[in-house]
Amino acid sequence: MVLRDSLSEIEAEPAYVEEQPRRGRSLWDDAWARLKANRAAVTSAVLLVSMALACLIGPALSPHDFDAVYSNYVKVPASLKAYPREAEIEPVLERTLRRARLQLDDWRIEGGRLFATVSSSRQIDERTTRYLDRADLFEDAQIIGKSADGETMTVSVGIERQRFLFGTDSNGRDMLTRTLVAGRISLTIGLLATFVALVIGVTYGAVSGYIGGRTDMVMMRVVDVLYSLPFIFFVILLVVFFGRNFILMFIAVGAVEWLDMARIVRGQTISLKRQEFIQAAEAMGVGNGGILKRHIVPNTLGPVVVYMTLLVPKVILLESFLSFLGLGVQEPMTSWGVLISEGARNIQGASWMLVFPSTFLVATLFSLNFIGDGLRDALDPKDR
Amino acid sequence: MVAGSDHGEAVLSVRDLNVRFRVPGGEVHAVRGLNMQVAAGETVAIVGESGSGKSQAMMAAMGLLAANGWVEGEVRYRGQDLLGLPPRRLNRIRGEKITMIFQEPMTSLDPLYKVGRQLAEPLIHHRGMSRRQARARAIELLDLVQIAEPERRIDAYPHELSGGQRQRVMIAMALANDPDMLIADEPTTALDVTIQAQILELLNGLKDRLGMAIVFITHDLGIVRHMADRVYVMRDGEVVEEGPVARLFAEPRHDYTKMLLAAEPAGHKPPVPEAVPVLLRGDDLVVTFHTPGGFLSGEAYDIKAVDRVSVTLRRGQTLGVVGESGSGKSTLGRALLRLVPSQGALRFEDQDLTAIDLRKEPRLRRELQLVFQDPFGSLSPRMTVGQIVTEGLLVHEPQLSAAERDRRAVEALNEVQLDPAMRNRYPHEFSGGQRQRIAIARTMILKPRVVVLDEPTSALDRSVQKEIVELLRALQRAHDLSYIFISHDLAVVRAMADEVMVMKNGRVVEQGPTEAIFADPREIYTKALMAAALEGVVLDAGRQEAPVAV
Repeated sequence: MVLRDSLSEIEAEPAYVEEQPRRGRSLWDDAWARLKANRAAVTSAVLLVSMALACLIGPALSPHDFDAVYSNYVKVPASLKAYPREAEIEPVLERTLRRARLQLDDWRIEGGRLFATVSSSRQIDERTTRYLDRADLFEDAQIIGKSADGETMTVSVGIERQRFLFGTDSNGRDMLTRTLVAGRISLTIGLLATFVALVIGVTYGAVSGYIGGRTDMVMMRVVDVLYSLPFIFFVILLVVFFGRNFILMFIAVGAVEWLDMARIVRGQTISLKRQEFIQAAEAMGVGNGGILKRHIVPNTLGPVVVYMTLLVPKVILLESFLSFLGLGVQEPMTSWGVLISEGARNIQGASWMLVFPSTFLVATLFSLNFIGDGLRDALDPKDR
Repeated sequence: MVAGSDHGEAVLSVRDLNVRFRVPGGEVHAVRGLNMQVAAGETVAIVGESGSGKSQAMMAAMGLLAANGWVEGEVRYRGQDLLGLPPRRLNRIRGEKITMIFQEPMTSLDPLYKVGRQLAEPLIHHRGMSRRQARARAIELLDLVQIAEPERRIDAYPHELSGGQRQRVMIAMALANDPDMLIADEPTTALDVTIQAQILELLNGLKDRLGMAIVFITHDLGIVRHMADRVYVMRDGEVVEEGPVARLFAEPRHDYTKMLLAAEPAGHKPPVPEAVPVLLRGDDLVVTFHTPGGFLSGEAYDIKAVDRVSVTLRRGQTLGVVGESGSGKSTLGRALLRLVPSQGALRFEDQDLTAIDLRKEPRLRRELQLVFQDPFGSLSPRMTVGQIVTEGLLVHEPQLSAAERDRRAVEALNEVQLDPAMRNRYPHEFSGGQRQRIAIARTMILKPRVVVLDEPTSALDRSVQKEIVELLRALQRAHDLSYIFISHDLAVVRAMADEVMVMKNGRVVEQGPTEAIFADPREIYTKALMAAALEGVVLDAGRQEAPVAV
């Protein structure tokens, strides 16, 4: 065993290496160390990751589907205690029985089950218990006893305990699940649209800045023209032509947001272009592609990463704005923007509909901004 | 001998000064127990190489440390301890009684305001002068620092002044409140030698006239000899030797001082015989920079950066190109490599370079190479040393495997005497000298035949300079290289080159074998340059410093 190990070591090590090369600390490593020392940024990162994980796996663990409607629980407030409350049982019971044309004579709760005596002026059809099963509060209705004339009956139903930690919305859907599902949409749009903006913007800006001259002028005028398009007008046009579509959101947001990125990268590139290491590469005969790929893009990434963390919240807000206007995602799918717009409409009677989604959104935006700030400090070369 | 005893009372006394910096992964002890006395009217020099703590010691004394630094010890200005002083009172002393000037005259003035306003503002605020009084005083100050036509210059913006003039303005600002002491932190490092000599002369004159003390921080022992009464030699945060200038130069006691004194590059290069074939030949080269006119940018105009210069470079020869900033020497170097377009004939061996696009002729491109001045700017900060060194191979020998390239990197690093085990590190982890070695390795891996060395030693400490010069010489001998050595530093050129070309304003002023030129310069400009550079003396020819054209 020992022999094998030493043999493989000899084989693995090329003959010319006298000493195992030490890995250097790159500027990224340094920045990482400084970022880790920044408490606000680390807390934000932890918060953000846990929020993202919650959005990702939370809906699967939740007992409610995000589009399940509980018509008996419309706009119930957020609570840690389970529903139904004692006081809510009687009206629901009465209402349900009335629908089945039955009269409630007497009811009591025993051992988690409800026993009700109902009567009717006519013969009671046993199938009427289904009315009870259909109510969100009850399950497993059984007939315990029936009077001889068939006009009085005792039923026992199980009370279905439901928890709505964040309350429910105006359609009686669980806000917790909806908020988490909405988070998926918002975060996905935030990250993907940012990524789209990043790829287009960095490439465009680096090429424009590096080639310079007339090409640069033309490319930047194109950017200016796109800048001058009113964003909402642009989105409405897209919606008119292609209908409402999730992918359209990316295109719309990405198509607008890469402009800033391109300008930032172009500015960086122009200042980098005059640096000696670029000249050195040119003197060695490295082509434009190699210079862009190896020298310019890696050196612009610092400010780009910072801008990215600030762009993600911006995109989430944009999406919220579009959804608020009704141009974004469609029901029953939802996003934080949609939830907040609904919550805003119900702020008087059901403040929880606004509070929880906006808490998530605000927490995400804060975290991203703190991480952005932390990154900017960590990457700032003035510090060294 | 008691320090400064013949100058009377101490203006500044520093006792047991320690400066530490908190850095990721520990702390740096930048200054270790510095003791220092500065008497009235005395010039004290603090000499050391970069990283010796010479600047930090003075910054700490003035309460100007970066946020991650802290200081212990005692700094007394006329008996008053500065270290414990509240910021308001410290500011009074700092702005009025002890003032500082810094290395970079380009960045220490605010480009948005006229010089006069920058001079007058503190006078109005701190001294309660009226606007008119302050202006009169500002003119007086500009006159004091020997700026010609102060009434006109007072309304100039900083960019309208030359580097030397800006440094004079900085000195004028420092003198505004009749200080007792001036701390000059490398005030002439960014300036040309002739201007440097003028500024030093000015400082000396001002010291005698105003009776202030000067603390002169520098890496250049040559300056110290002409400026200082006493010298502190610092190394790694400690004073290794102190004493009067005459004694220190005559009989240095510490090895480090001896090393610094001996660090002038020595040796000569014998001329190449006439029979050796010419490798690179340029005739009547002209490089013109064209500034296009436009709707808003005014008239179009041309600047001739290189004006009818002819160059012959034989195999194994080193041609030194000497001149001050703006003389066109760097542009000439780039023109010879076809990195900037030029007019005139240019031949490499038997090929006409003007007819060839070097981007399409990789063989020629690799034979004509360039090493830059700034070892910090010329290495890409996000690549490892191995990647940097082998980048040229990606272009010129794309068939090499990664392992083969790695082997070549090890070879090249060995050749420049760097530990190849460090090839996975990043440039910022290396010192200036090591970085310059990396830059040289990057060039040498391509096996070039002509290398243009553009001020390769200017940004380095003297002792490191010497090593780089020796390395370049060794490489030249080993590979029969031809160098074009561009420098403003005459001492280095003298050691490196066998032929020298002196340039001014894009033209060649004088050309000839190194020893002949140094022994017997014929042109006035050459004489002035040599006097300033080698002896620190101002000759009249270099005196009239032309202002930058507006």
